[in-house]
Amino acid sequence: MKKILELHDIMREFQMGSETVRALKGVSFDVFAGEFVTIMGSSGSGKTTLLNTLGCLDKPSSGTYLLDGVSVREQSRDQLAKLRNQKIGFVFQAYNLLPRTTALENVELPLFYNPTVTAAERRERAAAALQAVKLGDRINHMPNEMSGGQQQRVAIARALVNEPVMILADEATGNLDTRTSYEIMALMQDLNQNQGKTIVFVTHEPDIAAFSSRTITLRDGRVVKDQVNQQVRSAKEMLAALPETEDYHV
Amino acid sequence: MKVLNLIRLALLALQRNKLRAVLTMLGIIIGVAAVITIGAIGAGSTASIHSSLSSMGSNLVMVMPNSNAPGGARLQGANVETLTEKDFVALQKESTYINAISPSSQSKGQAINGSLNWPTTIEGVSEGYLAIKNISLKDGKMFSNRDVHTYGKVCLLGQTVVDNVFPKGVDPVGKIIRFNKIPFQVIGILNKKGQNTFGQDQDDIILAPYTTVQKRVIASIYFGSFNASAKSENLSQAAADEMEKILRKTHRLRPNQDNDFTVRTQAELIQTLSSITTLLTALLTAIAAISLVIGGIGIMNIMYVSVTERTKEIGLRMAIGARGRDILSQFLTEAIIISVTGGLIGILIGETLAFVIANALKWEPVIDKASIIEAFGFCTLIGVFFGYYPALKASRLDPIEALRYE
Repeated sequence: MKKILELHDIMREFQMGSETVRALKGVSFDVFAGEFVTIMGSSGSGKTTLLNTLGCLDKPSSGTYLLDGVSVREQSRDQLAKLRNQKIGFVFQAYNLLPRTTALENVELPLFYNPTVTAAERRERAAAALQAVKLGDRINHMPNEMSGGQQQRVAIARALVNEPVMILADEATGNLDTRTSYEIMALMQDLNQNQGKTIVFVTHEPDIAAFSSRTITLRDGRVVKDQVNQQVRSAKEMLAALPETEDYHV
Repeated sequence: MKVLNLIRLALLALQRNKLRAVLTMLGIIIGVAAVITIGAIGAGSTASIHSSLSSMGSNLVMVMPNSNAPGGARLQGANVETLTEKDFVALQKESTYINAISPSSQSKGQAINGSLNWPTTIEGVSEGYLAIKNISLKDGKMFSNRDVHTYGKVCLLGQTVVDNVFPKGVDPVGKIIRFNKIPFQVIGILNKKGQNTFGQDQDDIILAPYTTVQKRVIASIYFGSFNASAKSENLSQAAADEMEKILRKTHRLRPNQDNDFTVRTQAELIQTLSSITTLLTALLTAIAAISLVIGGIGIMNIMYVSVTERTKEIGLRMAIGARGRDILSQFLTEAIIISVTGGLIGILIGETLAFVIANALKWEPVIDKASIIEAFGFCTLIGVFFGYYPALKASRLDPIEALRYE
């Protein structure tokens, strides 16, 4: 199996006035291609710092982090931007779609920063990505014309469009109700199991972690638990088992 | 990043807030329109002055008598008698830069035809006068050299004189009128010229051979002035210098003596008047340009607000792969699009206004291509200059903090 992520003894320290805060105190783990990993932890556990490091938004103070074989600590600001563009697909809690911009244009956005993609290819790939998250009929909708679940699916399409080696989700179901959360997790499981996408999902909900194949738990900047999930729950089945909702009609 | 992609990204961002983009443009639109309109009015008025002075002959060279009384009271030019027939002959013979020369002797008096009369001016000239002054004939013919030599009692009338001493429908050519008590046969009518730049009616005139006027009307051997036409507008200064030399010789002036005459060219006069309007135009344009700078500051202000407001968007763009310089280029492109679009609309409005004003004042509309290109370039510069700092601020944001910005 190919290693997508290799973390060895990652430390991250921040200078807060005269005090030094150590957010990560030696984190080591590997993620292989095709894994669906959740990273759990309460607030203050270093979860956010680890997410920023994994997402190449931040560099570790010490230790080695290899993303798809590239050592992140040695990269310049511009090289990090290129890594984020081509190897990582971000999904955020607040969707972070551009307002008053169609779904298609939102999904096209990462391709604008990829100089190898032509204008025609950009449209085609964005439309295909929206098709993949079952929003083929909402291509020209604005974010404010879509439900939260649909907006998050647009965000997932945006994460997929550049064919990254890893999807990095940050509390991606945090703003959604139970049914919609399950829908998003069903989509994630589908991408993972049927299309072989590697997914790293940061969350604090144990409920969500049950859908992944492996859970890493952080506490006080250290990995305290790293276990393979023996019984992966199927979000699709959970969704089917939910009682009919009267909240809204799809 | 490709320029086309940049423009597309910037347009996408601008269309999300169309009203704001248009309002920001307004400053540039008004500034550019003001600069273009004022520039066109200036160019139009200069051209109008030029053409009205040129209608009197842009290659005109004038010689006027000048008081030359060192230490004593100086007399008004018209009362000084220094220009004579001898000067006229010398100038005619020796000047190489002129086409024609005519003396001029004027006298005021009453033009009488039966019961109708009109106070006017009679001007004694030679047969070349019409060509020198760019005057054309409406009817009849100019008197000849023979008329000048024989003290012919013939005259040409300006339109104002015709209107006042002849009843409607009567053809004046061939009729006899009297000026003071001297009878003249009318042999031609001058075309209407209207007022000159100084408001004087150029049609209130009677032209007659200068010999006749000198002998019969004024009883003087001196001339009021000479008018000559240089071979071209460019040669008028050379002609003036040459004529000065000839006159100094005929007047027997010693090198240390001042001229007892003045030589002036029409080109000189045109230049003086043009420089006044040019100065005024420059002044007004400078004021209009201030509004353009204020428009630029408006762009800077809005771009700063926009960067703060779109912090989260900038964070997202960075997270999905935008480099600092991509963000910088995008915001810079947005500023340039605002200023250049505003500039284009401003040019359109400015040219339309200039056209309307030129029409209202009956000027030839002047469309200056250089000023359009200048305005266009200047707007791009304004966009770059006032857009750069906000764009730089955006490009230096930390993606982590920008993403968390609420």
